[in-house]
Amino acid sequence: MSTVTVPPSSEPVLDEPPATKRRDTRAALIMVSPAVLLLLAFVVVPFIAAGWLSLHNVRLNSGRPATWFGLEHYTRLLTDPEFYRALFNNFIFALIVVPVQTGLALGLAMLLNRPLRGMAVFRTMFFMPVVFPMALVAVIWKLIYSRDTLGILNAFLDAISFGHLGPYDWLGNPATATLAIIILSIWQGVGFQMIILLAGLQGISPTLYEAASIDKANAWQQFRNVTLPGMRNTLIFVVLVTTIFSFRLFDQVWILTQGGPDNATTTVMFQAVTAAFTENNVGRGAAITVIFFIIVLLITLIQRRLLREDREVS
Amino acid sequence: MSERTKTAPAPLDEVPLRRKGPSPLKKAGNYLVMIVITLVFVAPILYMVIGSFKPSDKVLNGLAGFIPEDMSLNNYTGVFARFNSPATGYFYNFYLTSLIVSVVVVVGGLVVNSMAAYALARLRWRGRNGVLLAVILLVIVPFEAITVPLFYLLNDYRNTYYVQFTPFIAQAFSVYLFYTFFVGLPKQLEEAARIDGAGPWRTFFYIVVPMSKPVFASVTILTFLSSWGAFLWPVMMVDQPQFRPLPLEISVFLGQPPTDWGQIFAFGVMLVLPLLVVFLIFQRWFIQSVASSGLKG
Repeated sequence: MSTVTVPPSSEPVLDEPPATKRRDTRAALIMVSPAVLLLLAFVVVPFIAAGWLSLHNVRLNSGRPATWFGLEHYTRLLTDPEFYRALFNNFIFALIVVPVQTGLALGLAMLLNRPLRGMAVFRTMFFMPVVFPMALVAVIWKLIYSRDTLGILNAFLDAISFGHLGPYDWLGNPATATLAIIILSIWQGVGFQMIILLAGLQGISPTLYEAASIDKANAWQQFRNVTLPGMRNTLIFVVLVTTIFSFRLFDQVWILTQGGPDNATTTVMFQAVTAAFTENNVGRGAAITVIFFIIVLLITLIQRRLLREDREVS
Repeated sequence: MSERTKTAPAPLDEVPLRRKGPSPLKKAGNYLVMIVITLVFVAPILYMVIGSFKPSDKVLNGLAGFIPEDMSLNNYTGVFARFNSPATGYFYNFYLTSLIVSVVVVVGGLVVNSMAAYALARLRWRGRNGVLLAVILLVIVPFEAITVPLFYLLNDYRNTYYVQFTPFIAQAFSVYLFYTFFVGLPKQLEEAARIDGAGPWRTFFYIVVPMSKPVFASVTILTFLSSWGAFLWPVMMVDQPQFRPLPLEISVFLGQPPTDWGQIFAFGVMLVLPLLVVFLIFQRWFIQSVASSGLKG
């Protein structure tokens, strides 16, 4: 959520007399203060507290005060194979989900962006899972992934392969657990990207396509030379949001696998919550969220750079 | 792109029609593809809805799980009967929690964030640019980055309603959405109102707010989706059944053996029903709000 380009705030409506100016200032301060105070209390203060906590040994309800711990949480994390496993899992998740989900979303958007009757109905259907909270999606897919042939996915594979495929223990096998989480995440999330990309597609002027077909460009050339360049910024935005989403991964893992089997699905946020909440090691949990934020910041900066290059070119 | 952010996004249905239509065969092929894709998206939902009316032992039953048989409301009455004591929580508790949290976050958020955005977009005051920059920077901070310190700081307020909504009322991203919309509004009406002697409050509530329905709808929908589905924060802050929201309770329910799939699906249908109803009624707004969340840069 962070491709932010800021349109310049508009200049005041009139050349006001001083009384009006005072009135405006007073109104403005009253208008911004609730949001500013809430953001200070619930974003800025905890954000700073995260840094402080990550340098201390803190336990809740222990009666003992926090003790200075230096960079110990960080050095422990950066030498902990389990934490690397979480980073690796998030990275793999991003590496698969970002191209697959973006590609699928673009494909669906292009299918919907055709002059056929009933496209609005299909669009509604494709978008429907987005309305479902991830916790519920995880519950439904838990049943779909049931390990015996009573599970729908196994039954389906069994039917189309005449009994040659499966049954698999999707969530219980380290080799398939990540894939299982990936599939349900894409199922739930792709509609969101699809809508953003569809809006982007409809922002491309039809005259560009007309010019391309006059030049005898085939469908692939039109896609390559009109659609993709026209969608560049929208695609960068979608890729950014999906990448950050990949590192925020938590709900599905908490409900379906608790990070298992054998840490196959553990994630950075799962370990942050486990450290702080389950193991009451708040300092370690805070250190993990600091690392998490640095990753998000890096992704955002890279994306901003890409956008800037685009502006320089055009 | 920047043109689009200034006004409401154009309705997505208006696909430019080309003059020559595809051949009937190609058309049929197109529809076949669309229907197969639709099945992929709808099948899990159908499975849940059908299963919620079936006896539990026939839900987990291979592809036969899709067959509606022995349909009844037993699972629904079963859910109410199961959650019927202080130890398990009453079913209405979960609904009430989700409702209170969502209503406060959505309504409070609309008021607080739109006012702040208006002051940033249209009024001149010292410190405006600083506050604007700070808000923009805060958009980058995902909630996950501050969960652990918030969990530590608010530990004394666990198991309450207000700990579940207060941190989510002010949202930098919502301020940003309102801000870009207000900046793009034509100024003439506001100028006329100011010349007639209306102060900033009157101008905001009587001129700007009525012109800004699309952005209010967008923020309402995006906020409602995330607050009704809130999970990570309740996991850390709520353990008493009385204060559990629906998504947290369904995960607890799932973890309690013996698993009664019919009842879990009935619970799931009731969980998602308000979202589905709102979605089907306001789907044009839903789709535009998602589209507008990406229309920047």
